[in-house]
Amino acid sequence: MEYSQEIVKELKRKAIQVRANILEMIPPGKVGHLGGSSSIADVMAALYFHTMKVSRTNPKDPGRDRLIMSKGHAVLVQYACLAELGYFDRSELGKVKTFNGMLQGHPDMDRTPGIEAVTGSLGQGLSVSLGMALGLRLDKSENRVYAILGDGELAEGQIWEAVMAASVYKASNLCAIIDWNGVQATSTTAEIFPIANLVEKWKSFGWNVIEIDGHDMVQILKALDAAKAYTDGPTAILAHTIKGKCFPFAEGKAKYHNAAMNDEEYKIAWQCIETMKREVEA
Amino acid sequence: MRTSDSLRKTYGETLVELGKDNKNIVLMEADLGNSTMSSLFAAAYPERYFQMGIAEQNMASTAAGLSLTGKIPFINSFAVFASGRAYDQIRSSITIANLNVKICGSSAGLSDYGDGKTHQSIDDIALMQVLPHMTVLSPCDAVETEQMVKAMVASKGPVYIRINRNDLPIVTNPNAEYHIGKMTQIVEGKDVVVFATGIMVQQSMAAAELLKKEGISVRVVNVSTIKPLDKDVLLGYCDGVKAVVTAEEHSIIGGLGSTVASALSKSRLPLEILGVGDCYGTSAENYDILLKHYGLEPKDVAQKVRDVLAVK
Repeated sequence: MEYSQEIVKELKRKAIQVRANILEMIPPGKVGHLGGSSSIADVMAALYFHTMKVSRTNPKDPGRDRLIMSKGHAVLVQYACLAELGYFDRSELGKVKTFNGMLQGHPDMDRTPGIEAVTGSLGQGLSVSLGMALGLRLDKSENRVYAILGDGELAEGQIWEAVMAASVYKASNLCAIIDWNGVQATSTTAEIFPIANLVEKWKSFGWNVIEIDGHDMVQILKALDAAKAYTDGPTAILAHTIKGKCFPFAEGKAKYHNAAMNDEEYKIAWQCIETMKREVEA
Repeated sequence: MRTSDSLRKTYGETLVELGKDNKNIVLMEADLGNSTMSSLFAAAYPERYFQMGIAEQNMASTAAGLSLTGKIPFINSFAVFASGRAYDQIRSSITIANLNVKICGSSAGLSDYGDGKTHQSIDDIALMQVLPHMTVLSPCDAVETEQMVKAMVASKGPVYIRINRNDLPIVTNPNAEYHIGKMTQIVEGKDVVVFATGIMVQQSMAAAELLKKEGISVRVVNVSTIKPLDKDVLLGYCDGVKAVVTAEEHSIIGGLGSTVASALSKSRLPLEILGVGDCYGTSAENYDILLKHYGLEPKDVAQKVRDVLAVK
């Protein structure tokens, strides 16, 4: 499928806005998961503003597609998208992780419009997504479920239980997207727990596997459409990404998995946003 | 009306009955369906039965997802795995969001006598009742099991039910109204009240008979809802007695005894807690050997009553 330049450009604008929203949530001195939120921002923009069926007015619209942030610590990127959908007032962004706030440190379906489940204890979101996919299928719904996984998260055994089960039940309405940034909380996945051969692993478990550059909007859109078109089972999109993408001081660094920026870094981060805006309009 | 003494068969049959009209009921199993009796549902409604393989953690979180689409999933395994193996999945995926997932812990307590300590659950009540939003049920016979399964389907939110593997004689009244939280006097008495759950209801009834011969009048109350515990009704059953005993086929830590002790903390009544000590189980040729070894026979309940009456 071909995508018009205008669609791609608009989604790039959205991805920049998503990253800008992330910055709004973590001003200098405030600790937040910048790295893993930025790495998946382009995929999230494509999902929420193009691929997924979502209502602008009703976060609980029965005809919606579902997105589960299995790597729940990166919920900032989801809040950034939900704010753009208008599910809550933008002023909430400044109150993330404050006492009894709407935007909790990890996804909380009872607090935040547009959050579909409770996640944060890693390894469980793919199973929850599978349950939703099976439930939707029982109801003969056309809606799809997207699960966002971290590559470090793949060390959780439950992920592979869910991978097997989704394959057994040929859950073609389920799509897992792996944010393959190669860096986890304390170091690179290669150093911490190098499970290797991800493509072959997912394939051998019976999934349709698509490997992409997770920062290339056209590749992202193509992969998501190919996943939709595949009806013999679940699809895994292995998205090569860069942790902290678009913020040079943070790119590829475990330190920014969950850290506070200093004043200088924050200034640079906003300059990066401005530069990207100019580039996309050029 | 149930006439079977089998709690687990009644569990499976009741779900089959309810599943006929309620299409939202779905069952999930981790390859123990012939023991938990969820296999009955599989035969009746194969499209609403999910064999999840030997993977209890995925089963629990997948159930959370199914409930989020309006289904009423019942997940089934041995109590020790249903509660302990999937503990964090129950906590994070299910109970934090108060999801409508029902958990059946089958072969609970020491009732899987042959399989030994890895398969005997003397800690499942403790694990499940500590979770906010969770309801914990412990039926003493098939009549109550049927009533509870119906109430589970009608209720919203997570419920854990622990079911004995072995047949137990029916002691509850099938014609009595049932609701979650109900606590019922089974034997009238005035000296000591025994709050019992599960098989210990029948054991305590036998203990009351033994003590009658000694001139000790024992009131036996079936506490089949461990959580939420109806404190007012509990205190009401303490009216006029000299002392309190609790009896459960579970660790003395974190089970019915701990909960009753907490509820009675302001009363001045002496209390004795009967249950399994701070230890694991063991294999045996039959259930009775274990009940004797772990001090869960009628004579043990009777001795606790004598002990508590001796407290000054």
